[in-house]
Amino acid sequence: METLSSLADGFAIALTWQNIGLALLGCFLGTIMGALPGLGPSNGVAILIPLAFTLGLAATPSLILLTSVYYGAMYGGRISSILLNIPGDEPAMMTCLDGYPMAKKGMAGEALSLSGISSFVGAFFATWGLILLAPQLVKIALLFGPAEYFALFALAFMTLGGVSSTNQAKSAFAAALGLGFAMIGVDTQTGVPRFTFGEVHLYDGLDFLVAIVGLFALSEVFIFLENRHGEASAKGKTIVIGRLTPPLSMLKACTPTMLRSSFVGFIAGVLPGAGASLGSFLSYSLEKRMVDKDGTFGTGDPRGVAAPEAGNNAAAGGALVPMLALGVPGSGTTAVLLAVLLSLNITPGPLLFANNPDVVWGLIAALFIANFMLLALNIPMVGIFTRLLLVPPRVLMPIVAMVSFVGIYGISGSSFDLLVMIGFGLLGWVLRKFDVPLVPIILGTLLGNAMENNLRRAITIDNGNWWTLIDSPLAIGLWVVAIIGFILPLFFARKVKSGMQRGDAEGSIKD
Amino acid sequence: MFKSTRLTLVALLFSASALTATAEGFSPENPECIAPANPGGGWDFTCRQVGKSMQDQGLIEKTMQVVNLAGGGGGVAFAEVVNKRNDDNDLIVAASAATSTRLAQGAYPGNNMNEVRWLASIGADYGVIAVAANSEIADLTGLLDAMKNDPTSISIAGGSAVGGWDHLKVLIAANAYGIEDVRSVKYIAFDGGGEAVTQLLAGSVQAFTGDVSEAKGFVESGDIRVIAVLAPERLDGEFADFPTAREQGVDAIGANWRGFYAPGGMSDEAYEGWVEKIGALYASDAWKEVMATNGMAPLDLQGAAFQEFVANSVAQIESISREIGIIQ
Repeated sequence: METLSSLADGFAIALTWQNIGLALLGCFLGTIMGALPGLGPSNGVAILIPLAFTLGLAATPSLILLTSVYYGAMYGGRISSILLNIPGDEPAMMTCLDGYPMAKKGMAGEALSLSGISSFVGAFFATWGLILLAPQLVKIALLFGPAEYFALFALAFMTLGGVSSTNQAKSAFAAALGLGFAMIGVDTQTGVPRFTFGEVHLYDGLDFLVAIVGLFALSEVFIFLENRHGEASAKGKTIVIGRLTPPLSMLKACTPTMLRSSFVGFIAGVLPGAGASLGSFLSYSLEKRMVDKDGTFGTGDPRGVAAPEAGNNAAAGGALVPMLALGVPGSGTTAVLLAVLLSLNITPGPLLFANNPDVVWGLIAALFIANFMLLALNIPMVGIFTRLLLVPPRVLMPIVAMVSFVGIYGISGSSFDLLVMIGFGLLGWVLRKFDVPLVPIILGTLLGNAMENNLRRAITIDNGNWWTLIDSPLAIGLWVVAIIGFILPLFFARKVKSGMQRGDAEGSIKD
Repeated sequence: MFKSTRLTLVALLFSASALTATAEGFSPENPECIAPANPGGGWDFTCRQVGKSMQDQGLIEKTMQVVNLAGGGGGVAFAEVVNKRNDDNDLIVAASAATSTRLAQGAYPGNNMNEVRWLASIGADYGVIAVAANSEIADLTGLLDAMKNDPTSISIAGGSAVGGWDHLKVLIAANAYGIEDVRSVKYIAFDGGGEAVTQLLAGSVQAFTGDVSEAKGFVESGDIRVIAVLAPERLDGEFADFPTAREQGVDAIGANWRGFYAPGGMSDEAYEGWVEKIGALYASDAWKEVMATNGMAPLDLQGAAFQEFVANSVAQIESISREIGIIQ
C-alpha cells in the first residue's frame, strides 16, 4: 500500500502540463530516432541531453523527457524493421524476422499495430515489475556471477538454431563469423590488442551499430542496385497495404506470447550484463520453441512479431532496475541516463529510493504516462508509416543509403566507421547471395565479447578450474535448459520428421 | 520524411548557438568539448558538467557543444585533434589519468603527450580499495598479507582493462607493501566500476579497486567497506572516515585526475583564455559543490604547472608499466 501511495505522489509530480508536454515531445522524437537506422535509443538520449540542459530543466522533468525518448526509441525501432527489413536499432533486429515477411504479405499495418500493442504490454508489465519488485530484483542480479552470465550467453547461442529455419550449418557459420568480429579490439583481460593491425580505430572493437546498418541497410541497397533494371520488378512487390489494425483473433492468439515474452525480457533487462537485445532474442527463440507447431515462425507469424517487441520493451523497463537500485547500467542507454542522473547530482544506488523518492516515483509515473502516450501516438500513425511502402524503391533506396551514412557519421564522427560500414554492406550482399542468415552474425558480434569476458573472468577467479562453470545451482539450471534446447530439437527433428516438431520437444519432456 | 526530420533535429541542436563575439579577452565563438568516449562515461561527464557550469556562470556565452568521439580508449580523439584540428582555438578535450596511462604505455600509436597543450585540472578522484561489508578482511594490510601469502586466494575487481588505471592502483599499493612479483596479483577486469562493485556484492570477488565516486552509493548503504583511500591525507566531509593507505604504513597514492587538453597549435591567446576560464570555474563555489557531491578531491593545477604534472604522471606510469611487464 505504501508503494501505491508513493506512486500516487509520483503521478502528482508527473502530471503537470510541463511534464506532460515534455513526455509527449520525448515520445515523438524518440519514435522517430528509433525508426532511423543508426540512431538508436542511446544516441537519441545523448543527443537530447543538451536540450534538457539548455532548457534549464530540473532533475525530474529532465528525466521524464529523456526516459520518454528512451521508451519512444524502443517503440520506433520496429518500424523500419517491419517496413524495410532494416532494424532501427539492435533490439529491433529480431522483429525483422517475422515483421518483414508480414509486410510482404500485405499485413504491414497489422504488423505495426500488433508490435505497438506488444510493446505496450511489455513496457506496461515491466513498469509494474519495476514498482513492485525493484528491491527484490536486485537480489537476482546478485545471483549472477561471471560463470552464470557465461551460461546465460551459452543458452542464447545454443537456442540459435531455432532462429533461422533454413539451414543450421549456415546459421552456425554466421554465428562463428560474428564471434570472430567480436574478438577485434583490445582484450580487456590482458590489455593486448587483437586483430587491430595497428589501426587505432579498431582498439575499441567494432561498433555493432555500424555492423547492423552495413549488413542490413546497405546490403539492401546493393541488392536493389543489382536488380535495378526494369521498374516493374522493383515496384511489383510492395503495393499491398491491407488493414491497419489487427483482428481480435490475432490479438487473442498473441496474448500468451506477449505475457511470456514480457517476463523473459524483463528478467534479461534486470541483469546488468544482458540487456534488451538478449531480451528480445531469448523471447523470440524460446517462443519459437514453445509454440511454433507448424513452422510458421520466420514466414510472417504474428507471434514472431509480438514476442521480440514485448521482450525488448520489457527489457527496457527491466534495465532501469539495476540502474536505479545499483547504479549499474544494464545497457548503453541506461549508461547515458546514469550519467544524466549524476550530472543532476543524484546518486543512484541502494539508497536512491529512500533519498530521492520524488525523482524515482516521478520517473516511474512518467513511464506509465509515456507508455500510454506512445500507444495512442503509434496506432493512428500506422497509416502514415505504411505509406512508406508506397514510395518506389528507386526513391527509397537512395534515402536509406543517405540516412545510413549520416546516421553512422553522426554517432561516431569518424569516416573510418563509414568504410567499415561499406565493408559490412558488401559482406552482407555476398552472404545474402549464399543465403546465410544475417541475424546470427549480429548476435555473435553483440554478445561475443561479454560471453568471452565472463568465461575468462570465471576461470581466472577460480584459478583455471573449469568446473567453476557448473558450480552453482543457477548455472547448472541454465546449462540444462541450454542443452535441452540444443540437443532435443535435433534428435526429434530427425526421428519424427514431420509430425513432431522442434517446438514440441520441450513440452514432451515435461509430460 | 526522413530528410526533413533530420534537418529539424540538427536545427534544434544548433539553435542554442548563434554567432556573436566579445571584445574583451578571448572568448570561444563555438565552444566545443570532445569527450573521447561514448556518452555515459567519465570523460563525457567531464565535458557536460564543465560545459553546463561554465555556461551557468557566464564564462562562455554559447552552449558548449559536446562531441563524443569514442575509440581506442581516447586514441581516436587524440589522433583527430593532432592531425585534423591542430589549430582550433574553440576546442578542448576531456582527459584523465586514463589518458596519461595510455600515453605512457604507447597505446596511442604514433602520438605522444607533447603534441597537445595541457590546459588545467578540474579535480581528482582518489583511488579506493574496498571489500564487502561482511568480509573477514579488516584493513589494507590484512588484504595485502592475504595476497602475499597466497596470491590465488584474492581476486580484485575493477572497471578498467588489465594495465588500466584501476589495475595499476592495486599494483602501486602491492608494490609499496613489498609484494615483489606484482604480476601474481589477480585482477579481474569488468565493464565499468558499477559492474565490478556488483560482483563484489555478489561474492564473486574478494575486493574492489576503483574511484571514490564509484564506491560512494554503496558505502552509504553499508554494503561495502572502504579499507583504504590512496590519497596523501584523509578526504573531507562524508569521506573522512576512510583510512588512507599511508596511515596503515603503505605508502601508495593513486589519483585519477580529470582535466583538459587543447590542440597543439592553439594560439597563446586562446590557450591563456581557456586556462583562465577553467581556473575561474575551479575557484567557484558552484564547482566546489559539484566536487563535493561527486566525491572529487581538490587538484588545482593550471597552465604550465598542469603540463608538468601530466609529464610526471606519464613518466611514473611508464616506469611501473615497465616493471610489471605491460610494456617492454
